[in-house]
Amino acid sequence: MKVNLKYFASIREAIGQGSESVNTQAATLQALRDELMARGGAYAEVLAHGRAVRMALDQDLCEGSAALSDGCEVAFFPPVTGG
Amino acid sequence: MSFTVSIQTQDFDVSQELAALRAGDARVGAVCSFLGTVRERNDGSSVASMELEHYPGMTEKSISAMMDEAKKRFDIFAARVIHRVGLLHPEDQIVWVAVTSAHRGESFKACEFLMDYLKTQAPFWKKEVTPEGARWVDARVSDDQALARWGIQASNTLS
Repeated sequence: MKVNLKYFASIREAIGQGSESVNTQAATLQALRDELMARGGAYAEVLAHGRAVRMALDQDLCEGSAALSDGCEVAFFPPVTGG
Repeated sequence: MSFTVSIQTQDFDVSQELAALRAGDARVGAVCSFLGTVRERNDGSSVASMELEHYPGMTEKSISAMMDEAKKRFDIFAARVIHRVGLLHPEDQIVWVAVTSAHRGESFKACEFLMDYLKTQAPFWKKEVTPEGARWVDARVSDDQALARWGIQASNTLS
Protein backbone atom coordinates (compact mmCIF):
# COMPACT_ATOMS: atom_id res chain seq x y z
CA MET A 1 0.00 0.00 0.00
CA LYS A 2 0.97 3.60 -0.44
CA VAL A 3 1.79 5.75 2.61
CA ASN A 4 2.50 9.48 2.63
CA LEU A 5 5.33 10.27 5.03
CA LYS A 6 6.08 13.57 6.73
CA TYR A 7 9.09 14.54 8.85
CA PHE A 8 9.44 17.57 11.09
CA ALA A 9 12.02 19.61 13.00
CA SER A 10 15.31 17.81 13.85
CA ILE A 11 14.15 14.61 12.14
CA ARG A 12 13.32 16.49 8.92
CA GLU A 13 16.75 18.17 8.98
CA ALA A 14 18.64 14.90 9.56
CA ILE A 15 16.78 13.03 6.83
CA GLY A 16 17.08 15.95 4.43
CA GLN A 17 13.47 16.09 3.26
CA GLY A 18 10.09 16.98 4.72
CA SER A 19 7.98 14.41 2.94
CA GLU A 20 8.05 11.35 0.72
CA SER A 21 5.70 8.70 -0.55
CA VAL A 22 6.51 5.02 0.01
CA ASN A 23 5.07 1.66 -0.93
CA THR A 24 5.10 -0.64 2.06
CA GLN A 25 3.83 -3.96 3.38
CA ALA A 26 4.15 -2.72 6.97
CA ALA A 27 0.93 -3.27 8.91
CA THR A 28 1.63 -0.92 11.79
CA LEU A 29 3.38 2.34 12.58
CA GLN A 30 6.15 0.47 14.39
CA ALA A 31 6.68 -1.90 11.45
CA LEU A 32 6.95 1.10 9.12
CA ARG A 33 9.45 2.78 11.47
CA ASP A 34 11.55 -0.44 11.47
CA GLU A 35 11.38 -0.57 7.67
CA LEU A 36 12.65 3.00 7.40
CA MET A 37 15.42 2.33 9.94
CA ALA A 38 16.59 -0.57 7.78
CA ARG A 39 17.55 1.99 5.12
CA GLY A 40 20.45 2.89 7.42
CA GLY A 41 22.17 6.28 7.58
CA ALA A 42 20.18 9.17 9.02
CA TYR A 43 16.99 7.08 9.06
CA ALA A 44 18.56 4.45 11.31
CA GLU A 45 19.96 7.13 13.57
CA VAL A 46 17.01 9.44 14.13
CA LEU A 47 14.30 6.76 14.23
CA ALA A 48 16.32 4.39 16.45
CA HIS A 49 14.58 2.67 19.36
CA GLY A 50 15.35 4.55 22.53
CA ARG A 51 15.13 7.91 20.76
CA ALA A 52 12.18 10.10 21.71
CA VAL A 53 10.25 9.89 18.44
CA ARG A 54 6.59 10.84 18.28
CA MET A 55 4.38 9.34 15.58
CA ALA A 56 1.12 10.57 14.09
CA LEU A 57 -1.30 8.64 11.89
CA ASP A 58 -3.66 10.80 9.83
CA GLN A 59 -2.72 13.73 12.06
CA ASP A 60 -3.47 12.06 15.42
CA LEU A 61 -0.70 11.11 17.88
CA CYS A 62 -0.53 7.29 17.90
CA GLU A 63 1.35 4.41 19.46
CA GLY A 64 3.42 2.01 17.36
CA SER A 65 0.63 -0.57 17.34
CA ALA A 66 -1.67 1.67 15.23
CA ALA A 67 -2.71 -0.03 11.96
CA LEU A 68 -1.85 1.57 8.62
CA SER A 69 -4.23 1.78 5.66
CA ASP A 70 -3.74 2.55 1.99
CA GLY A 71 -3.22 6.26 1.37
CA CYS A 72 -2.74 7.14 5.03
CA GLU A 73 -0.50 9.97 6.24
CA VAL A 74 2.23 9.11 8.74
CA ALA A 75 4.45 11.66 10.48
CA PHE A 76 7.62 11.24 12.54
CA PHE A 77 8.80 14.08 14.76
CA PRO A 78 10.65 14.83 18.00
CA PRO A 79 8.84 15.82 21.23
CA VAL A 80 6.83 18.99 20.67
CA THR A 81 7.99 22.33 22.11
CA GLY A 82 5.31 24.91 21.32
CA GLY A 83 3.60 27.41 23.57
CA MET B 1 -20.30 30.83 21.22
CA SER B 2 -17.12 30.45 19.31
CA PHE B 3 -14.11 28.23 19.65
CA THR B 4 -11.46 29.22 17.16
CA VAL B 5 -7.78 28.70 16.45
CA SER B 6 -5.39 30.70 14.27
CA ILE B 7 -1.87 29.72 13.29
CA GLN B 8 -0.17 32.74 11.77
CA THR B 9 3.14 34.49 11.19
CA GLN B 10 1.81 37.99 11.89
CA ASP B 11 1.50 39.59 15.33
CA PHE B 12 -1.89 40.11 17.00
CA ASP B 13 -3.57 42.75 19.19
CA VAL B 14 -4.63 41.22 22.51
CA SER B 15 -7.15 44.00 23.31
CA GLN B 16 -8.92 43.58 19.99
CA GLU B 17 -8.94 39.81 20.30
CA LEU B 18 -10.36 39.96 23.86
CA ALA B 19 -13.08 42.39 22.84
CA ALA B 20 -14.06 40.21 19.88
CA LEU B 21 -14.14 37.04 21.99
CA ARG B 22 -16.75 38.36 24.43
CA ALA B 23 -18.66 40.69 22.08
CA GLY B 24 -22.40 40.09 21.97
CA ASP B 25 -22.48 37.55 24.79
CA ALA B 26 -24.00 39.11 27.93
CA ARG B 27 -23.78 35.82 29.82
CA VAL B 28 -20.04 36.42 30.16
CA GLY B 29 -18.85 37.61 33.56
CA ALA B 30 -15.24 36.43 33.37
CA VAL B 31 -12.53 36.45 30.74
CA CYS B 32 -9.22 34.78 31.40
CA SER B 33 -6.23 34.81 29.07
CA PHE B 34 -2.62 33.72 28.93
CA LEU B 35 0.07 35.30 26.76
CA GLY B 36 3.36 33.52 26.09
CA THR B 37 6.31 35.61 24.89
CA VAL B 38 9.89 34.97 23.72
CA ARG B 39 12.42 35.11 26.60
CA GLU B 40 15.91 36.49 26.02
CA ARG B 41 17.42 33.51 27.88
CA ASN B 42 16.72 29.77 27.75
CA ASP B 43 18.64 26.84 29.25
CA GLY B 44 21.61 29.06 30.18
CA SER B 45 22.09 30.79 26.82
CA SER B 46 20.99 34.10 25.42
CA VAL B 47 18.49 33.77 22.60
CA ALA B 48 18.88 36.10 19.62
CA SER B 49 15.87 34.71 17.72
CA MET B 50 13.85 31.57 17.23
CA GLU B 51 12.14 29.83 14.35
CA LEU B 52 8.84 28.10 15.06
CA GLU B 53 7.86 25.18 12.85
CA HIS B 54 4.52 23.34 12.92
CA TYR B 55 2.58 20.55 11.20
CA PRO B 56 -0.12 22.29 9.16
CA GLY B 57 -3.40 20.45 9.51
CA MET B 58 -2.49 18.44 12.58
CA THR B 59 -1.88 21.62 14.57
CA GLU B 60 -5.40 22.90 13.97
CA LYS B 61 -6.85 19.41 14.51
CA SER B 62 -5.08 18.90 17.85
CA ILE B 63 -6.06 22.33 19.17
CA SER B 64 -9.70 21.80 18.13
CA ALA B 65 -9.64 18.48 20.01
CA MET B 66 -8.29 20.16 23.12
CA MET B 67 -11.03 22.79 22.93
CA ASP B 68 -13.65 20.03 22.68
CA GLU B 69 -12.14 18.48 25.80
CA ALA B 70 -12.17 21.85 27.61
CA LYS B 71 -15.87 22.32 26.72
CA LYS B 72 -16.67 18.95 28.30
CA ARG B 73 -14.74 19.68 31.47
CA PHE B 74 -15.56 23.34 32.16
CA ASP B 75 -18.60 25.56 31.95
CA ILE B 76 -17.21 27.97 29.36
CA PHE B 77 -18.80 30.01 26.56
CA ALA B 78 -15.98 30.70 24.11
CA ALA B 79 -12.26 30.18 23.64
CA ARG B 80 -9.61 31.33 21.22
CA VAL B 81 -6.05 30.17 20.61
CA ILE B 82 -3.57 32.13 18.50
CA HIS B 83 -0.12 30.65 17.91
CA ARG B 84 2.54 32.30 15.81
CA VAL B 85 5.03 30.45 13.62
CA GLY B 86 8.12 31.56 11.68
CA LEU B 87 10.86 33.90 12.87
CA LEU B 88 10.42 35.48 16.33
CA HIS B 89 12.61 37.60 18.61
CA PRO B 90 12.81 38.24 22.38
CA GLU B 91 9.72 40.08 23.69
CA ASP B 92 7.62 38.95 20.71
CA GLN B 93 4.22 37.43 21.41
CA ILE B 94 4.15 33.68 20.63
CA VAL B 95 0.90 32.23 21.93
CA TRP B 96 -2.36 33.54 23.34
CA VAL B 97 -5.16 31.52 24.92
CA ALA B 98 -8.38 33.15 26.12
CA VAL B 99 -11.59 31.75 27.60
CA THR B 100 -14.92 33.27 28.67
CA SER B 101 -17.31 32.01 31.34
CA ALA B 102 -19.95 33.26 33.78
CA HIS B 103 -17.62 33.19 36.79
CA ARG B 104 -13.84 33.34 37.07
CA GLY B 105 -13.17 29.83 38.34
CA GLU B 106 -14.15 28.06 35.13
CA SER B 107 -12.21 30.35 32.79
CA PHE B 108 -9.10 30.32 35.01
CA LYS B 109 -9.09 26.51 35.01
CA ALA B 110 -9.95 26.13 31.33
CA CYS B 111 -7.21 28.58 30.30
CA GLU B 112 -4.56 26.68 32.26
CA PHE B 113 -5.87 23.35 30.98
CA LEU B 114 -5.65 24.54 27.36
CA MET B 115 -2.06 25.75 27.79
CA ASP B 116 -0.97 22.55 29.57
CA TYR B 117 -2.54 20.52 26.79
CA LEU B 118 -1.01 22.61 24.01
CA LYS B 119 2.52 22.31 25.43
CA THR B 120 2.65 18.53 25.03
CA GLN B 121 0.06 17.68 22.35
CA ALA B 122 0.20 20.36 19.65
CA PRO B 123 2.87 19.82 16.95
CA PHE B 124 5.09 22.91 17.23
CA TRP B 125 8.89 22.95 17.43
CA LYS B 126 11.21 25.80 18.42
CA LYS B 127 14.71 26.27 17.08
CA GLU B 128 16.74 28.92 18.92
CA VAL B 129 19.67 30.94 17.66
CA THR B 130 22.22 31.37 20.49
CA PRO B 131 25.88 32.53 20.55
CA GLU B 132 26.82 28.81 20.47
CA GLY B 133 24.79 28.26 17.32
CA ALA B 134 21.27 27.17 16.40
CA ARG B 135 19.68 24.43 18.49
CA TRP B 136 16.32 22.68 18.76
CA VAL B 137 14.66 23.32 22.11
CA ASP B 138 14.31 20.26 24.35
CA ALA B 139 10.87 19.24 25.59
CA ARG B 140 10.41 19.49 29.35
CA VAL B 141 9.30 16.62 31.56
CA SER B 142 7.58 19.23 33.75
CA ASP B 143 5.17 19.93 30.88
CA ASP B 144 4.11 16.26 30.81
CA GLN B 145 3.62 16.47 34.57
CA ALA B 146 1.51 19.61 34.20
CA LEU B 147 -0.94 17.79 31.94
CA ALA B 148 -0.97 14.75 34.25
CA ARG B 149 -2.53 16.98 36.94
CA TRP B 150 -5.66 17.03 34.77
CA GLY B 151 -5.76 13.24 34.60
CA ILE B 152 -4.35 13.04 31.08
CA GLN B 153 -1.29 10.91 30.46
CA ALA B 154 1.21 12.79 28.29
CA SER B 155 4.20 10.92 26.89
CA ASN B 156 5.78 13.72 24.88
CA THR B 157 9.21 13.27 26.46
CA LEU B 158 9.26 9.45 26.64
CA SER B 159 11.89 7.56 24.67
